[in-house]
This record gives sequence, structure tokens and C-alpha cells, in this order.
Amino acid sequence: MADDRMERLRREGRIAIVGASLAGLRAAETLRAEGFTGELTLIGDEPYEPYDRPPLSKGVLMGLASPEHTDLPQRWEIDAKWRLGVAATGLDLPGRRVLLADGDDVEYDRLLIATGTRARPWPNEAEAALDGVLVLRTRDDAVRLQQRLKAGPRRVFVIGAGFAGCEIASACREKGIAVTVAERAGAPLVGALGGVIGAVSADLMTENGVDLRTHVTVTALEGDSVGRVRAVHLSDESVVEADVVVVSLGSLRNTEWLTGSGLGAGPRGIACDAGCRAFDFRGIVTDDVFVAGDVARSPHALFGYQFLSLEHWGNAVAQAETAAHNMICLPADRRPHLWMPAFWSSQFGVNIKSVGVPPMGDDLMIVQGSLAERRFVGVYGHQGRMVAAVSFDNTRWLEFYQRQIERGAPFPVEFPTVDRRPEGRQPVAADFPDPSLPTHAPGVTLSGYSPADQQLVFTPARH
Amino acid sequence: MTTKVSLVHQITDFTNRADPYPVYAELRKTPVLHEQDGGPYVISSYWDIESLLHDPRISSDASNLAAAGYDPLGEAEQTGLPPSFLRLDPPEHDRLRRIANSAFGPPQCPHRVEDMRDGMAAIVSELIDGFGDAREIDLVDQFAYPFPVTVICRLLGVPREDEPRFRAWVDPLVASLDPDTRQGSDPEFQKAAQEARMQLGMFLAELVEQRSKEPRDDLLSDLVNSHGPDGAMTMMEVLSTSVLLLIAGHETTVNLITNGMLTLLRHPDVLERLRQEPELSVRIVEELLRYEPPVQMVPQRTCIADIEVRGVTIPKGSRIWLVLAAGNRDPERFENPDTFDPDRQDIEHLGFGSGIHSCFGAPLARLEAQIALSELARRMDNPRLVQDPPPYRQNAVLRGPRHLDIAFDGLR
Amino acid sequence: MRLVVDLNKCQGYAQCAFLAPDVFVMHGEEALAYDPRPDAEQRERVARAVAACPVQAITADGLDAPSVRAETAEGGAVPATVTPREVVTVEARDGR
Repeated sequence: MADDRMERLRREGRIAIVGASLAGLRAAETLRAEGFTGELTLIGDEPYEPYDRPPLSKGVLMGLASPEHTDLPQRWEIDAKWRLGVAATGLDLPGRRVLLADGDDVEYDRLLIATGTRARPWPNEAEAALDGVLVLRTRDDAVRLQQRLKAGPRRVFVIGAGFAGCEIASACREKGIAVTVAERAGAPLVGALGGVIGAVSADLMTENGVDLRTHVTVTALEGDSVGRVRAVHLSDESVVEADVVVVSLGSLRNTEWLTGSGLGAGPRGIACDAGCRAFDFRGIVTDDVFVAGDVARSPHALFGYQFLSLEHWGNAVAQAETAAHNMICLPADRRPHLWMPAFWSSQFGVNIKSVGVPPMGDDLMIVQGSLAERRFVGVYGHQGRMVAAVSFDNTRWLEFYQRQIERGAPFPVEFPTVDRRPEGRQPVAADFPDPSLPTHAPGVTLSGYSPADQQLVFTPARH
Repeated sequence: MTTKVSLVHQITDFTNRADPYPVYAELRKTPVLHEQDGGPYVISSYWDIESLLHDPRISSDASNLAAAGYDPLGEAEQTGLPPSFLRLDPPEHDRLRRIANSAFGPPQCPHRVEDMRDGMAAIVSELIDGFGDAREIDLVDQFAYPFPVTVICRLLGVPREDEPRFRAWVDPLVASLDPDTRQGSDPEFQKAAQEARMQLGMFLAELVEQRSKEPRDDLLSDLVNSHGPDGAMTMMEVLSTSVLLLIAGHETTVNLITNGMLTLLRHPDVLERLRQEPELSVRIVEELLRYEPPVQMVPQRTCIADIEVRGVTIPKGSRIWLVLAAGNRDPERFENPDTFDPDRQDIEHLGFGSGIHSCFGAPLARLEAQIALSELARRMDNPRLVQDPPPYRQNAVLRGPRHLDIAFDGLR
Repeated sequence: MRLVVDLNKCQGYAQCAFLAPDVFVMHGEEALAYDPRPDAEQRERVARAVAACPVQAITADGLDAPSVRAETAEGGAVPATVTPREVVTVEARDGR
């Protein structure tokens, strides 16, 4: 019987988790918390216990924390076999085995894939290998960048003005280091928040002494005779001398190891259903392979069942918990992953937060505060309803708008609010770039079919 | 409906002061209660209160409130000063609170409160030593009342030698805000309160003047000399903010400490644990803020649009009462809500409110109560209640005992 | 002692930055930065901060018995298994 099989799985089954970062750890904790007593193996390519990444571009660069000391607290005794410093290199789907780089393999009854993303490297390999050219994603990256910043570089050059790029620039300015930021689009953050908000970010950067170059691409990185980077060449033919270059062009999903496995995995991630079960390449859902975190791509009922890939900290936690729950429960007890997308960034002393899916929005209304004061709440609308909200130093109002989005509340926002300014009476175009053009570091990738215009009642789970 | 006793009346009715929780439980059966035209909409369940505290269609502005008509609980403090940020909406609220905060806490003054810990402990020791050889004390008059005034004096930067004068003004001023004394309308008392208010205002104005010329390391100096992007406060704004800190920070802290000791004396096992492990005071204070919050409700809000709560439309311009103490005991939110349980893991209480008006002085109040309760537990030998329930103040909003007589066998 | 703040939940009430100012730092009006591995001497202050967070966004381990702290692996060493740790966390409000 299904019940007996599940009981046996929960008691003495084997679960493997590939990816020992935030999602992997939280899934492992949830499995134990929900009563899984079998064998649990965590596989990670980095040689470290799970650590937290957001501080690496914030507190660590500001000097408040050491890059080696951002380990995540563990909420539950997970009693796992750790295979750290060993990458997974393949998946034998019919044989239910994960193949490891050291030639070993790990058998499983249930598998969770949480391999996340890695920094997109500079495409020119020779230039990328120059001394002083860095990326920022891992603990080791952060150690390298911190050492460079401590050494007092004459100028840091950041390629790409997504959130990470902006945060790096902010940390540099805080330390009094000269910094140039180059962005292909017309302003920072346009991929994530659109051009209107991007312009606010651009002012913020310029005011804080960042040399911001927009509508440009980097054409070449120039090294000196001993292989150190010395200058950056731009598409407008200008040349900027810099001794540190940080490539901040977003991320690549770690799915190459699944090539040929038969799983529906590719550069856009691993497609899964709302219950976190992976699809195979035929589009048939599997029963024993689950996905969570940055590498997953799953349909979201609130956003027209589009497949969303969310590179968000909170998504990794929530999806890992749902995946873990669904791995060891009967089909009738499965839960959907219906997390409301949310992220934060802090730069130049401003707290930026967002809920919903801003890039889905066509129009934007500043419903509270003002862009010029850089304290405001903006609401994004699409097809007559609210789909997202963003706040600059106004986070305490955001949960109200989250509820409005959950309810599919109408857009434009007709009701009055405290601190509504004349600029907030009419919607304006949110000014997102053409989605077919690459942007730097999008936080959300949309795919799938167009959203249906439907009203959904979203009921948060009770405590 | 008409035959039922008005619940709004029962909230304000003094006979329910010692234990208002059965009335609150009754309230939660009608989570959006509106008994009569022009009367308040009373909100009593946790999630509704929590969401309205974050709702930008809800205003705290004093002028919006005045337009909503007379209210038995919503009397603005009669200080003759411009409204403090408690009674303002953004952007004015945000500007004044930011400046006040720049003199009080992080990022500009991150160590201000933490650095007061030793000083607070010294005041507490002194007050307890002051019990002397007595074997029975009134905790309110001899401890809970003088403690927060002294702390606020140190925070503002009132010179030590002026503290007794300062306290002598604050006492009648605070007492005059209590509805029974105000409506009891003893003309002598009202005159004294008026006089005290004037003296206090002049004293503060003079102090502000001094500090703007010769700044020291205190809150008043930082308020008048703030050089942030928001500029400094005007003299009137400084006075209004200081009076707010005094009034809002005083009686609430008195009640937190008094309600705390009362609750501990009713739960001797917890009191004994606190004696053994003073660090338990941290959890005890959080649970107290849920179980017996010093501010029982927020009666000063109005809505600037028609809003819908649980299918009930609250028309634009209505007065709204958010009964925090009822939300804190909402069984939809907390397990065994009527049990005092400092080991509770889930403790997201509404004791300090939430949203942009959440209690400004919360960190100070937390430290004061933690230090006071752990020291009282440690030093009083075999403390017990003389009278249960103790006599209460009239005030239904800032609810707490007027006296709390405690008998004990001696000091440790 | 290790800690992490769920900055999605965080609403910048700054209670932690008041109560443990050497561990939690406000960066501007409402952005929070923190040291994820504070010194042992900060334990009591961190415990106050964890309890005071109005949205219960701080998760920390090693807060209870001082002996637990000594077990925490230093310098990124890789333990074969993870030792049990006292954990203080409050998960509130699913779906938020």
C-alpha cells in the first residue's frame, strides 16, 4: 500500500540533496523536523558548511563581518552525511544514483536538486584570467574581493549595475574607494525595477560619487606586462584605468551536470511543478526528483501560472521547505509552493524592497512618498491589476500592498493613501527594457504562456 | 441587539478594569464592532489589527480625528503644543520621528540606550534600598513611578540637581491626563496641573536654550543641534517631542513594571525561576507585552477611504479603535492565549503596536522592565500580594494598578 | 554563535541595533547589516535582540549554554556530522 511504502521511506529511506547552501540546508532541517529518520546525504561542491551569501556583498564588504564567518545557523539537528568539496557530475535517473566528481556515487530513494547558480564569468577567457578581474558569488570570491579592497585600489570597475553591482559600488564608496560602474541599459536596476526606479538609483549613485556610465558595454579588459588588469575599454571608445574589475553580469544556473540525464534541465533552470517535482525532458513529472531554490523554475498561480525562476533568498527557504515536505508525504498532503516573490537590497544607506513580480508590470504608480526624496512606495500594474510593489526606505507599508497583490486588486490604485503626492495620482510607464534583450542580473525570469486575467483569492497558511 | 449591554461601554466601564479580558473575548466574536452611528469601529482580532496598523488608508492625523467627532477615549493631550509625531501622518510624522531618532538611536546614536544600562541598574538598586526596613511597600509610588521619570531625566539631560523639581512637575501633569482626575475636576488640582505644565515648559525651554549653546552628550543637545538632511527641530517641535517622550514613555513604563510584578506574584513558579536566572526577564517582558500590555488599545485612528474588513465596510472618516490587548489574546493567533507562558516561542505580540507608529521608546522600556523585574525578584524575600486585585487607575487605554501593595520578609 | 536575519521579514524597527549595537548596525534609516558570527561576549545582548525583534526575523544558534559555543566549528572546518545545537527561532506567519 502507498501508506506503508511512505512509512518505510520516512523510516529508513535514503534521501540525497545536491547543493549544500541555503536551500539544501533548510530542506534537510525540514525533513528531520517532519520526522524523516532515514539516511540523509548532503552533497556540495564548495568545501564549506552552508553559509549565507547576501552578507558577502553587504556587511562583509563594509567590514562588519568576515567573509569566512557567514555560516548559517542550524535550526534542527540534521544528522547528515556531508559530501562537501565534491561536485555532482551526473545523474542516473533510472538507477537512482548521483555520480560524484571523485568517482563515488550516492544512491537515493528521493533526490532534491538545489544546485543554485554561479556567477556569470567574463566571456573572454584570457581577459577573465587577468589578475584583478573578479566575480562575487561565493565565500572564496568574497575573500578575494575583500583583500583587493583592503589593499586600497586606485579604482574599482564594476561591470553591470544589477543589485549586486550596485551593492559593490556602495561598499566601495563607503570605504572611499573610487569606483566606476558600466551598464548596458539606461540606468541601474532597470531589469529588476524598470527605468523610472532605475533613474532614482542612478541619482543615488552619482550623488554618492560613483562614476556611472550607462548605455555602454565593456569591449575589452586590458592587462599590463605582468598580467594584471590595468584598464577597461568601453563601447563609447573611452578607456578607464582600474586595478580591480568586478564582473557582475548575473548568474548561470548549475544544470550542466544533468545534461543527458533525461531531466528537463537547461540554461533556464530545471522545470518543476508547483509541488517542486521535476519534469523530465518529455514534460512528464517525476515522482522522486524534487527541485528547490535558484535553480528551480515553477509555475505560480498568482502570476498566470507562468514559470518563475526566482533568485531570491526567501524563495530558496520557502521552496526548500515545501519540497522537503512533499518528498516525504502522501500525495493528498502535498502543498504547493505559492511563495510571494520578495527581495531586498541595501545600497548607499537606502533600503530597497520589493514584493510580487515587478518586471511583469507595464505601468507604475508612486502611491506614497516621492521619487525625488527617495522615500516612496511604487505599485506596478499589469492588465488592470496590481502585480508588484517596491519601496525605498518605506518597508513598513509593503505588506499592505502584498495583500493587495495576493487579492489581485485593481490597478490603477484609486483609493487615497497617506502621503500621496501629486506625482502619484496617475500611472506612468514603468519602462522595462525589451525582455528579449539581455539585462544585467535580473532577479526574476519570466517564461511560459501569457497570464490569464483572473482573480485569485490567496489565503496565507495559518500559523 | 438593543437589549444587549453596549460592549463599547463595557470597555470603558471601570468595573471591568481589573480584568477586561472577558470583555475582549466577547468583542472578538464581532471582530468589527460598530454599535451606533457616529460611534467607533472596534477591531479586536490579531490579524485585522496587524493589517490595519500597516494600512496606508488609515490616518493618525489629529485633524482627521477631530473631524470624526467626540470620543470617550480619543482625547488629545492638552499640552498647548503642536501635535507630536504620534498624531501626524507622513511625511511630517516621518520627518519629526527621524530627527527624534537621530538623537536617540541608530544609526546616529547606536549606543545611547545600551549605555544607560548601568545607570538604570543603579537607579533600581537605589530605589530598592530605599524600601529600608519596611515589610510592606506600594510598588507604584515607591518604585514603578519614580524609576522611569529618573531614566527620562538622564536621557534628556536634566541636571541631577534639578531632578526633584522636574519630578514634582511631571507627577501632576501625568496625573491630570488620567480621565478620572480630569473629569473629577477638582479645581485646585487642575490649577496645580496647569501650573506644573507651565513651569515644566519654561524649564525645558531654558534647558534647550542652554544645550543649543553648549551641547552635551544628551538627547536634548542632539535634538536641537541635529545636522542631518532633515535639519534641526524648531524650539516648539523640541518641546512637543520632549513632552511626548515624557508622557508616552512614563505611564506606559509604570504600567509595564507594575503589571509585570502583579503577574509574577500571581505566578510564583515563574517568579522563582526569574530569581534563579535573571536572563529569563527578557522572555518574561516579551510575554508581558502580550499578556498584559501597558497600552490596551489605539483609539486615535481614522480611515481616509472606505475600507473593508471581514466583509464590513468602514466608511471614510470613521473613527477606529484597535484593541491591541484583545488581539494579543486572540486564539486564532496564539495557542492558549490566556496562559502566561514566558517559554512561548511564538511571541509576535502587538504590545508596542506595529507599522510606522510602533513605540518609539520600546528599547528603553524593554531594558527598564527587564532590569526592574529581575532585580525586584532577586532582592525581595518572599514577596506576596496584599490585595488581589489591586486598585486600578481609571484609564482604560493606559491600563494599570494605581497602587500595588506588596508584603515581603526583607531585602536580600 | 551564528545568526542570520530574514531581511524579507525585517521592517527596520531597529530593536536589535539598540540592544546589541556592536552586532547589528543600521545602515541608513531602515537597512540592517549585521555580524553573522558575533563574539561570545555578545551572547546576552544578542539574546535580547532575538527576543525583541517585533517580526521575529533573527535566527541564532549557540545562545543558551556557554558550553555549546565551544563546539562551534571554527574557521570553516568541515565536520563529518553536525552537532546538535540549541536553536532559538520563531517561524511566524506562513505565506508571508
